[in-house]
Amino acid sequence: MAETLLRLRVDTASGAPVLSLTDFLASDNAAAVRIEPGEDARALLPHLSRIALVEVSFPAYGDGRGYSSARILREHGYKGELRATGDVLLDQLSHMKRCGFDGFAPAKPIAAEAAQQAFATWPDVYQKTVDGRSPIWAKRHGL
Amino acid sequence: MYQYDEYDQAMVDARVEEFRGQVARRMAGEITEDQFKPLRLKNGLYLQLHAYMLRVAIPYGTLNGRQMRLLGDIADKYDRGYGHFTTRQNIQYNWIKLEDAPQILADLATVEMHAIQTSGNCIRNISSDHFAGAAADELVDPRPYAELLRQWSSFHPEFDYLPRKFKIAVIASDTDRAAMRLHDIGIQIVKNDAGEIGARFYVGGGMGRTPMIAPVIRDFVPALQMVSYAEACLRVYNRYGRRDNKYKARIKILVHEIGADEYRRQVEEEFAHILTLGLEPPQAEFERIAAFFADPGLESGLADGYDRSDPDFAVWADQNTAPHKQAGYKAVVISLKPAGGIPGDASADQIRLMAELAEAYSLDELRVTHTQNIVLPHVKQSDLYALWQKLDAAGLATANLDLIGDIIACPGLDYCSLANARSIPLAQKISARFASPERQRTLGELKLKISGCINACGHHHAGHIGILGVDKKGTENYQLLFGGSEAADTSLAQIVGPGFNEDGIVDAIETATEVYLKARAEGERFIDTYRRIGAAPFKEAIYG
Amino acid sequence: MKILTGNDLASGDVVWWDGKGWSRDVNDAVDAGDSADAILAAEEAAQRVNAGYAIAATKTAEGVRPAHIKDRIRALGPTVRLDLSLRPGDPDAASRVI
Ligand code: HEM
Ligand code: SF4
Repeated sequence: MAETLLRLRVDTASGAPVLSLTDFLASDNAAAVRIEPGEDARALLPHLSRIALVEVSFPAYGDGRGYSSARILREHGYKGELRATGDVLLDQLSHMKRCGFDGFAPAKPIAAEAAQQAFATWPDVYQKTVDGRSPIWAKRHGL
Repeated sequence: MYQYDEYDQAMVDARVEEFRGQVARRMAGEITEDQFKPLRLKNGLYLQLHAYMLRVAIPYGTLNGRQMRLLGDIADKYDRGYGHFTTRQNIQYNWIKLEDAPQILADLATVEMHAIQTSGNCIRNISSDHFAGAAADELVDPRPYAELLRQWSSFHPEFDYLPRKFKIAVIASDTDRAAMRLHDIGIQIVKNDAGEIGARFYVGGGMGRTPMIAPVIRDFVPALQMVSYAEACLRVYNRYGRRDNKYKARIKILVHEIGADEYRRQVEEEFAHILTLGLEPPQAEFERIAAFFADPGLESGLADGYDRSDPDFAVWADQNTAPHKQAGYKAVVISLKPAGGIPGDASADQIRLMAELAEAYSLDELRVTHTQNIVLPHVKQSDLYALWQKLDAAGLATANLDLIGDIIACPGLDYCSLANARSIPLAQKISARFASPERQRTLGELKLKISGCINACGHHHAGHIGILGVDKKGTENYQLLFGGSEAADTSLAQIVGPGFNEDGIVDAIETATEVYLKARAEGERFIDTYRRIGAAPFKEAIYG
Repeated sequence: MKILTGNDLASGDVVWWDGKGWSRDVNDAVDAGDSADAILAAEEAAQRVNAGYAIAATKTAEGVRPAHIKDRIRALGPTVRLDLSLRPGDPDAASRVI
């Protein structure tokens, strides 16, 4: 799987075993966790400082709960890797990045050049999210 | 009217290029239909019964002459010479080729239009009052708020794969002309006791197979927190809306299942968090947008009144014009419902003529109504007669606004692959049966709405008389409903009894109108009489 | 009989499997019998048809008649715009598909 991993980070990827949310919450030193669509990302908030990797799983691309999970974690200050795994498709990459993902492990590999192009889809953005981009309304008013 | 700046234009242009690439990948076989379908749907491109269908967004139903003219040109150039105006204030083309679709979007982008998010499980085109900016009874023009939400919802990264489609309507008067409470979020712009402007949020309305009227979730959200509140409403829905069953995936089901109080609690919690993030565009941005709508160029000092000596004209003017906030003006409704015609269809020539008339007589503005008609919002009363003559010559002066001939009908089995039965032939038969203008006026306001299946695109639940097409062992069958309304007195229509075939239902409707005429009290509309006397007398007359 | 239908990928036109390729005319449709799934899979993979499916139909003196009204309307065109249908000169075409 490693060769299909796209990362937008400079640090080296965590090699810690990735636990399910339940197992993670039961352990007190685990550093990597996977959350499924129905699980509450806020359960991780008390533990953010010790986490190096959160995998957010997308069993089907049409299930968009992972976008909210990602944003919530970033909004609460999570700084580690946030990796989208599973049915992660080219046309979803730019939105995923805007929601805070900086790692992508698509079940079907995506070429790095295609991914770069996808990240550049939008010259500007209308909303302020967690990706640090200044939204159009801010640019309009010099904010 | 709102005008794009370089940012808006760049976003729409980027979308055209993105879609061009996606279509090329599909045509080259790099992606399957399953992968392509959500991408084309996000650009309003369906595969329908006979061909691809393209749904073009008309944000809050407002457009100018240049945009309208291009819609006519697209009908000629890429389709078969006509378009269909829908209950969601959009236009649909029925005969689009996939290979042409990117170029159509590029053409639309030259007049600041697009098909973004007109389908798919995302936030759809935002609808509004078709008399916004003209209505005598509005608090403020709701469209600046709708535009603010349009920008917020366009390419929203978190809400592109919601459990289901999401429709928002914004109004600013107590008279509801947008079926506001039948939307996923209905917003009424209101003033609080302190005299401040804000938004009242209704959440969880909808039609479809389980129609529901949205409850109030918050009475007053300060105007400068509206986007944050919407963000909170959507996030709770995205996380907790049902995804196990697509028929239970709309937000109305979530709000219904957990209850309005619990939904409100969750939204408020999320809202408190979101307020800390500074996501809200500033007052200056709202003012920038509002300035575009402030003054369409109305003249002051005109007197009310106009020459009514031509009786045919006077009938039309009484039926198809509405009061304007400015003295000397009227808002004019062009009926796309000629007797025996196809509700909402207009030919390319008619579309271009309406564009020209908007430029000549309505300060270059048009509106699409959710009743599938076109509005010229700012017509000088002194121009009404000249306008009427031109409309009449083009078959566009049917004087039936809100009468039984002003039927809403979805495309039904003539165009729609989800349909059980045809809607249009039924609309044609009914409007032909009641073609006499005198008879229609005697019956008064009577809103008849037809859907070809339970999805309710024709708003049948909200009709004073509703008709629902069903499949009865492979033949078309129609159920009759009474008592719905999508105005401020929102109510849901109920099925009267066993269904009918096509001719049977036309007869049943005629019978119902006779019951009404006999029973009505002074000043009562059909719906009022129905609400007073109940279903029983109607049932008895229809079923014996 | 079992016939195959779908849409042309590029144009969106309704098409019917005629044994060798895809025809606009339902009367060209042939019985696909047990090979229906195999034909559809191969034709879709080759991008010669989009969104294909198999339906029941009967052969009558007038031609091939799909069992379901939806496919009969697909075969004709909108009954309310016969001028745009495949039988523009035939005023009875609409009543025959019902
Ligand atoms: C021909 C292609 C169309 C398709 C495939 C289609 C599909 C659907 C579906 C599946 C629903 C139900 C959604 C749900 O309850 O979850 C729906 C609802 C609706 N559609 Fe359509 N529709 C089409 C055309 C139209 C047209 C032409 C109009 C306007 C005349 C329209 C307006 C609406 C409205 C107002 C609703 C109800 C929204 C609600 O439930 O809140 N649709 N449509
Ligand atoms: S109500 Fe049904 S038949 Fe009518 S357009 Fe909607 S999905 Fe099609």
